[in-house]
Amino acid sequence: MSFVQNFPFFSIIIAMFSGIISSVLSGKKARNLTFGAILMILILSAGVLYFCNEQGSYTYMMGHFPAPWGNEIRAGVLEGLTAVFFCLVMLLSVLGGMRHTEQDIEGSKHNLFYIMVDLMLSSLLALIYTNDLFTAYVFVEINTIAGCGMIMIRQKGRSLSSAIRYMILSQLGSGLFLIGLSLLYDVTGHLLMSPAKEAVAAIEAAGSYGIPMLVIMAVISVGLAIKSGLYPFHYWIPDTYGYATPAASAILSGLVSKGYIFLLIKIFYRVLGRENVIASQIINVLFMFGLAGMVMGSLHAILERDMRRMIAFSSVAQIGYIYMGIGLGTQAGMVAAIFHIFTHSATKALLFISAVGLYEVSGNRKDYKSLRGSGYRNPLAGIGFGIGALSMVGFPMLSGFISKLLFATSALQSPTKMLPTLIVLAISTVLNAVYFLRMVITIYSIPKEEEKRMEEGKILAGSWNLRLAIACFILLNLTLGLFSQPIVKAIGDGLTMFT
Amino acid sequence: MEALFTNLEETVSIILFGIGFTMLLLHRNLIKKIMGMNIMDTAVYLFLAAKGYIKGRMVPIVTDGIQDVSAYINPVPSGLVLTGIVVSVSTTALMLALTIRLYERYGSLDLDQILMRAKEEERG
Repeated sequence: MSFVQNFPFFSIIIAMFSGIISSVLSGKKARNLTFGAILMILILSAGVLYFCNEQGSYTYMMGHFPAPWGNEIRAGVLEGLTAVFFCLVMLLSVLGGMRHTEQDIEGSKHNLFYIMVDLMLSSLLALIYTNDLFTAYVFVEINTIAGCGMIMIRQKGRSLSSAIRYMILSQLGSGLFLIGLSLLYDVTGHLLMSPAKEAVAAIEAAGSYGIPMLVIMAVISVGLAIKSGLYPFHYWIPDTYGYATPAASAILSGLVSKGYIFLLIKIFYRVLGRENVIASQIINVLFMFGLAGMVMGSLHAILERDMRRMIAFSSVAQIGYIYMGIGLGTQAGMVAAIFHIFTHSATKALLFISAVGLYEVSGNRKDYKSLRGSGYRNPLAGIGFGIGALSMVGFPMLSGFISKLLFATSALQSPTKMLPTLIVLAISTVLNAVYFLRMVITIYSIPKEEEKRMEEGKILAGSWNLRLAIACFILLNLTLGLFSQPIVKAIGDGLTMFT
Repeated sequence: MEALFTNLEETVSIILFGIGFTMLLLHRNLIKKIMGMNIMDTAVYLFLAAKGYIKGRMVPIVTDGIQDVSAYINPVPSGLVLTGIVVSVSTTALMLALTIRLYERYGSLDLDQILMRAKEEERG
């Protein structure tokens, strides 16, 4: 066994322990520790990615009990890639929102925020790597608690009320997920994914347990869909992302919902079996709600006046894209969905972080009128927001274009779903363009005379960490857009290794 | 109908799950929402415990020497229930803490009123 094979376990445990140690450190030290931990995990995950790319996927036994009883970690190309990406987005989000985090949180509580960041990272990594269903459930709950802590740490009325809404909806989702797991355990007798899959295959071959299997698939999909904010369950999203501290908004929108989607894809492939899920029609339900989300999220975003709530509603639409890709039911659709997970986490985090730079120079006001001309007052944030917006709309060279292209080409492979996918994709792109380009035009329009006086002497470049984060996010977006081929190929390889 | 009575525990737990889920989703009072969440979680534990039980066998606790495997019930669901209880206790604690914060701030346990007052507070 190679030493690199320990890395997934190390990265989970490093994140968890740095969270525990942060609880006794001062704010500044906790921050440095967190940055160190994330950087280290980034390097470890890169090691895992390299190893799996060379040698293929492997399972790693936790404790001393072999396969059907013990607990396992599994790593492959897709897991490694996702872990690298999530660490990168996490690092840049925390870096970019650092100054606001310090302003929004009471002095003695700074370290608490970094505990939440560490716990969040460890639970995300565990969701990515775990090969055991009940472990997945436990880490889903840790993820929820850390997410709720991140929202409520900003002691504003709206943050607290959105935190309780987030918690309620998340608990509904986890309750459904838990009953789904219990049913699955009863039917198959296993909690580890690989033996459970064999049992599911045997059950399907025998043709027994038809209704229970359908219920299991439905309950698990709906539970995770609620938690990731698929359209009809989206109403916690705008408040949550709109009123949390910026770093938390970027992490919640960019990573947390994606972690659940990743888990859902993993369960589809590694437990329930993709063919069974497609045969059960559950995938068509996800497809329809995905399409509805793409349109409705964008319509809500058009009506929204507040910049951050607008970006949050755009998340609803983008989650819809991802579920649409899953709902296509083909391998290509799944690749497109996973690529869009990457695109969306890089772009949405960029938008939230550069929005900080823009409203910082507009007297912390987020409506259209106050933001006029803010692109001149903070040039880099303006460019960052522009690039993020263009990427979401699907401008060539940027990552959003590649995901739209992948969605469209994969839709061509499934004849019944081709037409609705292409039509809704076109409508949604136009709607995206309406609200994003309106915002971009607003931030680059010259403010009127009386407004200019108010804003005088406010040409700020923002702090160095904000600028660095925005620059890195832009680079990340361009990398995804210009060098998409190896990434798409790695996702395809990773999905093949899943089965 | 016959099947419902032979699987009494499972039937009851699914009904309880439905009650808890509906309470958590639809009730406006935060404390009752939290109660609903607990009923929902407990229903799952009842379900798991019922599934792990095998009639005529005893709990897998070793007192006087290990007996044959066929003497004990399945211990895995019991382990899952214990883990689940820990999780639900911590989420309940977190939600109660949030409820206290919101009650101190807005003087109400009604979620609709809290949301309304939070909006007003931001505007005014």
